[in-house]
Amino acid sequence: MNKALIILKHEFWQTLRNRSFIILTLSLPLLAILGVGIYQGVQHWYHPGAPQEEKIGYIDHTGIFGNFTNEPGVQFVLYTDEETAKDALLAKDVKEYLVIPADYLSSGVITRYTMSREVKPSTRTTGQITDFLLSNLLTGEVSPQVLERVKTPALLASVRLNETGEIAPNQDVVSSYVVPIVFAVLFMISIFFASGFLFQSVTEEKENRVMEILLSSVSSRQLLVGKVLGLGMAGLLQVSVWLITLEVFSRVASGIIPALSDLSIPASLFGWGIMYFILGYLLFAALYAGIGSISASAREGQGWSTIFVLPAIVPYYLSYFIVSNPEGAVSRGLTFFPLTSPITSMIRLASSAIYAWEIALSIIILAGSTIFTMWLAAKIFRVFLLMYGKRPAIREVIRYIREA
Amino acid sequence: MERAELVETVSRAGKANEAMNVVEVSGISKSFKGIKVVDNVSFSIGQSEIFGMVGPNGAGKTTTIRMLMDIIKPDSGEIKILGEPINEEVKNRIGYLPEERGLYKKLTVSQSLSYLAALKNMKRRLARARAEELLKRVNMLPHKDKKTEELSHGMGQLIQFVATILHDPELVVFDEPFAALDPVNTQLLKELILELRSHGKSVILSTHMMNQVEELCDRILMINKGQAVLYGSLTEIKSRYRNNSVFLECDRLPEGLPGVVGSKAHGKYTEIFLDGRVSPQEILSVLINKGVKVDRFEVSTPSLNEIFIQVVKEGR
Repeated sequence: MNKALIILKHEFWQTLRNRSFIILTLSLPLLAILGVGIYQGVQHWYHPGAPQEEKIGYIDHTGIFGNFTNEPGVQFVLYTDEETAKDALLAKDVKEYLVIPADYLSSGVITRYTMSREVKPSTRTTGQITDFLLSNLLTGEVSPQVLERVKTPALLASVRLNETGEIAPNQDVVSSYVVPIVFAVLFMISIFFASGFLFQSVTEEKENRVMEILLSSVSSRQLLVGKVLGLGMAGLLQVSVWLITLEVFSRVASGIIPALSDLSIPASLFGWGIMYFILGYLLFAALYAGIGSISASAREGQGWSTIFVLPAIVPYYLSYFIVSNPEGAVSRGLTFFPLTSPITSMIRLASSAIYAWEIALSIIILAGSTIFTMWLAAKIFRVFLLMYGKRPAIREVIRYIREA
Repeated sequence: MERAELVETVSRAGKANEAMNVVEVSGISKSFKGIKVVDNVSFSIGQSEIFGMVGPNGAGKTTTIRMLMDIIKPDSGEIKILGEPINEEVKNRIGYLPEERGLYKKLTVSQSLSYLAALKNMKRRLARARAEELLKRVNMLPHKDKKTEELSHGMGQLIQFVATILHDPELVVFDEPFAALDPVNTQLLKELILELRSHGKSVILSTHMMNQVEELCDRILMINKGQAVLYGSLTEIKSRYRNNSVFLECDRLPEGLPGVVGSKAHGKYTEIFLDGRVSPQEILSVLINKGVKVDRFEVSTPSLNEIFIQVVKEGR
């Protein structure tokens, strides 16, 4: 058997046996099952009663607010003086009371007394009061239909068109914001987890000095290829489990949870997802392998790898912005820059806001830089695997790459 | 198979230096950052030979071994192992115990051993059987399912030793194998190394512990500052460094012995210096003829340690 294959199998099974890998991989399916289960449980056991009728007291010094005191959900109780109204509030007969002054029509001021702590009155309460006032003010002045429109001028129904003028799907909040961000997070976790494992395994073999024994049995190239592919396959397995979970969850959830009825994951996401995972993983794996072979200890290398991780998580922090402005310069730039392109492209794919040529260009740039980084890592790997002690200076690394 | 038999026949018939040497190194050099760490070193090792590689710390021993193992490439010179330039197939027939060594902390002894054996292209079942056998030999069988991080340092070293010879290599390289071993395990390791030789294996022993070299090695290469300063069989080197003196303890020392150019009293015994033309045997017969009662007559041979120190001093 090819020795790279032996290393691949060893790394793959070692990763699959790793407790943190198992927990991480299974956490999403478990979470999904738990989520559906809790929803079902809540539906089954919790029956909210009819909304309670609220009472709002008022003192009317204008004498024009006598009608519409009994609307659905709220009852307006007229008091003749403030003392009685206050007693009613203290006795909790009413939720609050309003004092409408005689000059209300010219000033518009209404004083509201309540016992609850609040920054400002709730939208519900404000709506009830506004409706009550409008109904009384406009009845007789305009037709009931116009009155309704004054109360609710527009029920906005938004439709998104794509570049060909057809109606684009997924305009609901969950599909256009939550799905892309969930994808970005999972993708990021998986890529960093797999390449982090690679980094750990290289520095561990360097630290515990097994490296020299390995290199007397296999070439550094076989070692690099075996490790990268073995851990990559473990990562791919993890991503596949997650993608399948999301697909199953979106089908189940859209069927039983009304709020998620429009939830669907674009099919293109799966194919491209695997593609971007492979390229993204290989890029970070090569970077990590290179850093791992240069640094003397895992701890030291961790600091170095942060330099590359930071730009990679930028799209995650900007994910809301990317979803809102998918064709802006920043979103495009992040789509093409190799360190950020896997995650940015996934966010845009998930929100169905990416052109085919953008995918093609980002894949070409990503693949090119991945190949270059792999080539560089293989060189660095060979030279620095056996150097212990002091970390080489950048100038030295560059010189060795030229010589190797 | 045929070739292996041929190797055996050839080296049984001849000594080292002949056609099918296990190791054939000619004129290898290696520089790091412009400093020559190994400078034009050549040597060869025959079958069933324990070859000592000695020299002070930083002399270039480990670099030479790493070049043999194809871990680093020489800048110039040629290396042949088992008759061919090193390649993957040859690597499977070599065992290497590096100086700075360790094991996978999280794997069990058995897991570590079977992975390392697989990398030498050994069949899984065969590897398991041989691992059991060797672990038994070093009294480590009860620990085979323990993680290596649970083992003591000395136990770890025995496991590393087992890993080195598990795939039944024809050439075994030990870099400072006795470092940090207790006397019991040192003895065990020595026995195992001698056993390897008796099974027709070749062994390279790199160390600066001269007493171990004297005890075990057939031939040696001494490296100092990257250069080979001594090379040959141990007995030949020792006789070359004999300083032509005899330790003598007797009732009276007669004057005017032939070929004696001087003497030095060491308390109970006297060291007499010969001119090099008269052999110690002739002196002994003269003494006996003169009726001198001899209690001790010893041709002084320097220990390898003394030769080592002398050579290193000369090199400065």
